[in-house]
Amino acid sequence: MYLVLFLIFGGLCVAGALNLLLQRHPINSALSLIVVMTSLAVLYLLLGAEFLAAAQVIVYSGAIMVLFTFVIMLLNAGEEERTHGSKAAYIVGFPGAAALLGILAYIFLKQRDHLGSAKLGGYLVTTHDLSAVLFRDLLLPFEVTSVLILVAILGAVALARKER
Amino acid sequence: MVVPIAYYLVLSAILFSIGVAAFLMKRNIITIFMSIELMLNAVNLTFVAFAHRWHQVSGQIFVFFVMVVAAAEAAVGLAIIIALFRTRSTLNVDQVDLMKL
Repeated sequence: MYLVLFLIFGGLCVAGALNLLLQRHPINSALSLIVVMTSLAVLYLLLGAEFLAAAQVIVYSGAIMVLFTFVIMLLNAGEEERTHGSKAAYIVGFPGAAALLGILAYIFLKQRDHLGSAKLGGYLVTTHDLSAVLFRDLLLPFEVTSVLILVAILGAVALARKER
Repeated sequence: MVVPIAYYLVLSAILFSIGVAAFLMKRNIITIFMSIELMLNAVNLTFVAFAHRWHQVSGQIFVFFVMVVAAAEAAVGLAIIIALFRTRSTLNVDQVDLMKL
């Protein structure tokens, strides 16, 4: 059952990512990225990260991707055109990414026995456990991120404002 | 039935490589930005898988902070894209080459 769930949602992840790569229209890429992020939320649940699964859906597929689709519609982005620059990128991009994948997959599969395995309900981090660490040991970094978010809001408003 | 952690890591390697390929091959600046988000998600999966392996909460804390920074980065990045479109009226990265030699 666990393996089936992993295969279904892992397959959905890879299919969505490949669709992002192959589609020429930005809105199609954005929608396939939402598929990837929502399937990743299920994989987080399988790994016992319940809070992160919820946060993934709310923050990534909710907030960030909605922002992306807003900008795509606001700028009326059409299909991307092929240019001479893309030819060089194709020549370097495919073998480079394939080599990276080959090296990483080789190392991970070689160390497979040392890395152990996951089973359903094997190790569950509840929101209580997570918040105990986050608000007791790491309170200062947490508060600093709120300043970061504030700076980001101000920066976004200042950058996107119409100049007069 | 169990799934080796290595499979999760290979899945995240696949997603990261697709992100790298999309980053290099796409010409639309919004799609390039989306492939960066894909790479961030792939790394997050690695963090969660290792947090599960070593029974550490800190791996998940890292993912939480990556999400926060990614949200801030997306807001600023998209504002930059809007400002860029205002001045250049294009989303093609090949036509934004003022600082190129």
